[in-house]
Amino acid sequence: MWEYSEKVKDYFFNPKNSGILEDADGVGDVGAISCGDALRLMIKVDQPTQTIIDAKFQTFGCGSAIASSSALTELIIGKTIEEAMGLTNQDIAEFLGGLPPEKMHCSVMGQEALHAAIANYRGEVWVDDHEEGALICKCFGIDEGMIERTVRTNGLTSIEEITNYTKAGGGCSTCAEGIEEVLARVNAEMVAEGALAADRAFVAGAAPLPVKEKKVVSVNAGANTSKPLTNLQKIRLIEETLESIRPSLQRDGGDCELVDVEGNRVMVKLTGACVGCHLSSATIEGVQARLVEALGMPLLVIPVTNVH
Amino acid sequence: MTVSPVYLDNNATTRCDPEVVAAMLPFFTEQFGNASSMHAFGSEVGGAIAKARRALADLLGAEFDHEIVYTGGGTEADSTAILSALETQTGRTEIITSAVEHPAVLTLVAHLEKTGRAKVHVIPVDARGRLDIEAYARALSDKTAIVSIMWANNETGTIFPVEQLARMAHGVGALFHTDAVQVVGKIPMDLKNSAIDMLSLSGHKLHGPKGIGALYVRKGVRLRPLIRGGHQERGRRAGTENAPAIIGLGKAVELAAAHMAQEQTTVKALRDRLEAGLLQRIGNSFVTGDVENRLPNTCNIAFEYIEGEAILLLMNREGIAASSGSACTSGSLEPSHVLRAMNIPYTAAHGAIRFSFSRENSEGDVDRVLEAMPPIIEKLRDMSPFWRERDVHTAAFNPTYA
Repeated sequence: MWEYSEKVKDYFFNPKNSGILEDADGVGDVGAISCGDALRLMIKVDQPTQTIIDAKFQTFGCGSAIASSSALTELIIGKTIEEAMGLTNQDIAEFLGGLPPEKMHCSVMGQEALHAAIANYRGEVWVDDHEEGALICKCFGIDEGMIERTVRTNGLTSIEEITNYTKAGGGCSTCAEGIEEVLARVNAEMVAEGALAADRAFVAGAAPLPVKEKKVVSVNAGANTSKPLTNLQKIRLIEETLESIRPSLQRDGGDCELVDVEGNRVMVKLTGACVGCHLSSATIEGVQARLVEALGMPLLVIPVTNVH
Repeated sequence: MTVSPVYLDNNATTRCDPEVVAAMLPFFTEQFGNASSMHAFGSEVGGAIAKARRALADLLGAEFDHEIVYTGGGTEADSTAILSALETQTGRTEIITSAVEHPAVLTLVAHLEKTGRAKVHVIPVDARGRLDIEAYARALSDKTAIVSIMWANNETGTIFPVEQLARMAHGVGALFHTDAVQVVGKIPMDLKNSAIDMLSLSGHKLHGPKGIGALYVRKGVRLRPLIRGGHQERGRRAGTENAPAIIGLGKAVELAAAHMAQEQTTVKALRDRLEAGLLQRIGNSFVTGDVENRLPNTCNIAFEYIEGEAILLLMNREGIAASSGSACTSGSLEPSHVLRAMNIPYTAAHGAIRFSFSRENSEGDVDRVLEAMPPIIEKLRDMSPFWRERDVHTAAFNPTYA
């Protein structure tokens, strides 16, 4: 059984704005038959203000597809066309309190339907750029198409690089076999096309066994090695480093904020999709590694639970 | 909620019978010995295992007790059978299986093919899920090491003519293995008068415990163990016997034998009443699989224009448990390979719901489902863009498919 948030369940069991919108100004039809879902979004636009004054949906799909469709209508009613265009699938997922990784495509379908409906309203033709291929990494929802593109664009030749560039394989790592297959195939194609030297290409089975590296906390790794940091410098550096990490967390619908610093203990609060995510401990470890690197001193990052 | 839940997902797993649990319990704390030990602790356990083995051999109609090899489940039994055949059938490198096989077999043979260890023939089925016998005959050759075709399909209940298939396999000198996890305990078997060489079964499909299964290996068929490292199971499956589970399976088997007739009468009647009632109450729905030739407990109904996970979630709210061939429930994004192999249209395949009964179901369960389903289907069809335009939907609703 999927672990749906209460809000997803609520929007599935009691969907808002389902049905047909008579004399709609824009209609967007999208679907992904691979997962058996399809969505028709209908919008009504107030011409002078360019504001979406009503929206309805019809969805063929699973629970999260219906909930995402309904959430989409709630999000766009009252927004101008321009504002609505800025809406992303992350906004839909966030509105619903997060979606399981395998179900993130439902929110993508919502965003696509919105773009299709707006294109229809403007008299344009919407071009589908839906991802292709099998879902490889379930932890981060990375499909074959994305891995292939990233490998090609960046000339990647190892699983580690793929994990660094796309995050695929960075969670439970059970998809390593799947990643290897894609990598071996794409590298072989690149060699054939002359885009990659044959001796650099990844060959399945030839890769050495991964050795788990021992974490070495180097006290002298940071920029300011001459003098110990003052408390203010330390907090500034921590803040700057966290700022640089946040965009990547936000891409997954999560976020992280600094709560307090006591000596070498850094208290952070994970929010959004990070809450309850089974990978949050890995996230904390990652944050800790970045902070240690930036400050050049041993630090302990402690997640602080939400205070309601 | 005060109403008791209705469990109609017995092909996924069954409730362990309380009598089975009672039979198992002493073997955790009181009779905990290792069956291999010389002392009294061990020999008592050894005796109980021997009795359980005899009961299982009887249910299968096997001639000898030692034709039973206990495994960790149906999947291990399948792997043991297929990998063993590739070793013992010298000079033969091909495997034949069906397109609707359980992943326990399909995933394994795909891996064997990918790693260059075997050539695999996957035999297609028709729209009712029946095996293409002609294609099967063509695939058989003196290269065939083993044929592995299920006795009955887990999703539709369709029964395959395993006896005929086994004789055809023997015609070219190939071994015949069948995955019978859905069949053992539901249909009487007489393996001593059968051409079947190996058969897999699983405890938790017949009200026994999880984590125990068995491979029947006909006397004279050579077996190479999957797991080595001990003399247990006559050296054919190493590892200390899972005594409580083996004894639990023994009890489950006795109960299944006692209730065998009930499967064909009362359980079948419940299934038929549910099926007829749903088809009568809900339009644009149809039964998938070979209706005349299937397991007595299974019915798979496709409700057109809606999606299975959404149906299951609403059923779950009514306390009804079933399962779906839809992509979205399985944890993968692929729709059921069984329904795809049968060429069921996508709009129907995604809305296919499997109801699977056991002897523990009642008339009251059927009433509950018959009452709950029509509004559920209606609610979802109301939301579906395909439903209102079902006659013209190819023209009117034509989304961009990715």
